[in-house]
Amino acid sequence: MMPVEQAIENLTPQISIRNLNFYYGKGEPALKNINLDVFKGKVTAFIGPSGCGKSTLLRTINRMYDLYPGQRAEGELFVGGRNILDKGVDTIGLRAKVGMVFQKPTPFPMSIYDNIAFGVKMHEKLTRNQMDDRVEWALTKAALWDEVKEKLRQPGTGLSGGQQQRLCIARGVAVKPEVLLLDEPTSALDPISTMRIEELIYELKREFTIAIVTHNMQQAARVSDFTAYMYLGELVEFGKTDDIFIKPQDKRTEDYITGRMG
Amino acid sequence: MNLVMRRKAINAFALSLSLAAMAFGLVWLIWILWMVIDLGVGALSLRLFTEMTPPPGSAGGLKNAIVGSIIMVGLAMLMATPIAILAGIYLAEYGRRTWLGKITRFVNDILLSAPSIVIGLFVYAVYVAQVGKFSAMSGAVALALLVIPVVVRTTEDMLALVPNTLREAAFALGAPKWKVIMLVTLRSAKTGVVTGILLALARISGETAPLLFTALSNQFWSTDLSEPMANLPVTIFKFAMSPFKDWQELAWAGVFIITLGVLALNIAARVMFRQTTQR
Repeated sequence: MMPVEQAIENLTPQISIRNLNFYYGKGEPALKNINLDVFKGKVTAFIGPSGCGKSTLLRTINRMYDLYPGQRAEGELFVGGRNILDKGVDTIGLRAKVGMVFQKPTPFPMSIYDNIAFGVKMHEKLTRNQMDDRVEWALTKAALWDEVKEKLRQPGTGLSGGQQQRLCIARGVAVKPEVLLLDEPTSALDPISTMRIEELIYELKREFTIAIVTHNMQQAARVSDFTAYMYLGELVEFGKTDDIFIKPQDKRTEDYITGRMG
Repeated sequence: MNLVMRRKAINAFALSLSLAAMAFGLVWLIWILWMVIDLGVGALSLRLFTEMTPPPGSAGGLKNAIVGSIIMVGLAMLMATPIAILAGIYLAEYGRRTWLGKITRFVNDILLSAPSIVIGLFVYAVYVAQVGKFSAMSGAVALALLVIPVVVRTTEDMLALVPNTLREAAFALGAPKWKVIMLVTLRSAKTGVVTGILLALARISGETAPLLFTALSNQFWSTDLSEPMANLPVTIFKFAMSPFKDWQELAWAGVFIITLGVLALNIAARVMFRQTTQR
């Protein structure tokens, strides 16, 4: 079924995951033999009960697990054709291509302007004017420009929770990555802020490939083109969001979506 | 109802007991402060800051001692702070679970509780005895050795309070580790680290024992680091023990100056720390 549709819609995989196992230490793997494609310019949602491995999978894509000794991944994970699980991979370059936004807003202890410029400075040498333009561009993309343009020099920590999260999205966007990983980006926010972020995701997918982990199934149904249902470290079902929500193939997916489980 | 009355009675009893204990503790502190102010203010005059320590039986000031203290304390902070902050960063960011980190932390904790006279004797043995004379430099080294463990500890503790999510967010933007530490982690912990430095500064300002074996004291004006240098704590010690009335009065004035300085540093540290924790 998938190859046919792929041909029709001209889908190209941005991320290809092959036989991926992930270990937090010794013992059972937290991810078991995951095989999956995340398509370019599409939103892919990862759903499943707590502890199913969806955040772990996201943190593998930008090698976030590198920060913690003892955690390791096996298998292949291609980003733009390159297996990023290889030993010699430059994680700094990888993270320039694969941005991430976390569950809790994490503004840095600096001004709004410097929050945005922080990541850009790591990868590019820009003049002042170019940086000004980039900051405005990123904040506009994150639908925050109008609210903060008068106070770019004020600390990012002074913004409201929803604004802080959009600041974090702007910060990720400013680096001009190919992929944005969103790890439950709205779970700490009120419904209005959540709605704004969802609208934002819809806008952002024109330019970025997005992978989002969410606990909220309505959110997955609203924002995503593809959905992956995970359970106990396994990928149970993956397909177009409409198919997953309307006619799931697997009994476990159906149970979860209809609220009988999790 | 009876139970409620009983509970209230027990509460009142316990409250008055703890209030009495607090009052007992506070009485001494206030008494000390009162005495310092009472005897110190009387001896206070502009001459303290303009004239040298006098020979017995004549009038004078504490200029050389005040300047000497500032020079040695400043030099000690200058030597100790960079080392201590770097060591604190190592312990919190790099060596949190390594054997080297564990050993360093353990040794640092021992140093933290080492009596200052031990540090003084140590510097006397390895520095003063080798060079063959007392010097301001050796005094600054002894004070620096007291500062290092305090600042190492506070720096590590303050960095450990920075949530990991903030570090992850910086790494996720492709920042190398040293930039994450310098621009995000250390900056988040900045006020806490500065508070630790201020507290260390307050601590060494009044230390006498480490200077007794190192900088000794000097009746005259000297800014030569290789010579003995006057300083407030040793001058106070010397003058207070003397039978001369002028000297005793100067000792009280010196005590007053030190107390006021340390009090100001402590208040500054408190205010700064409150600002961090409120955010």
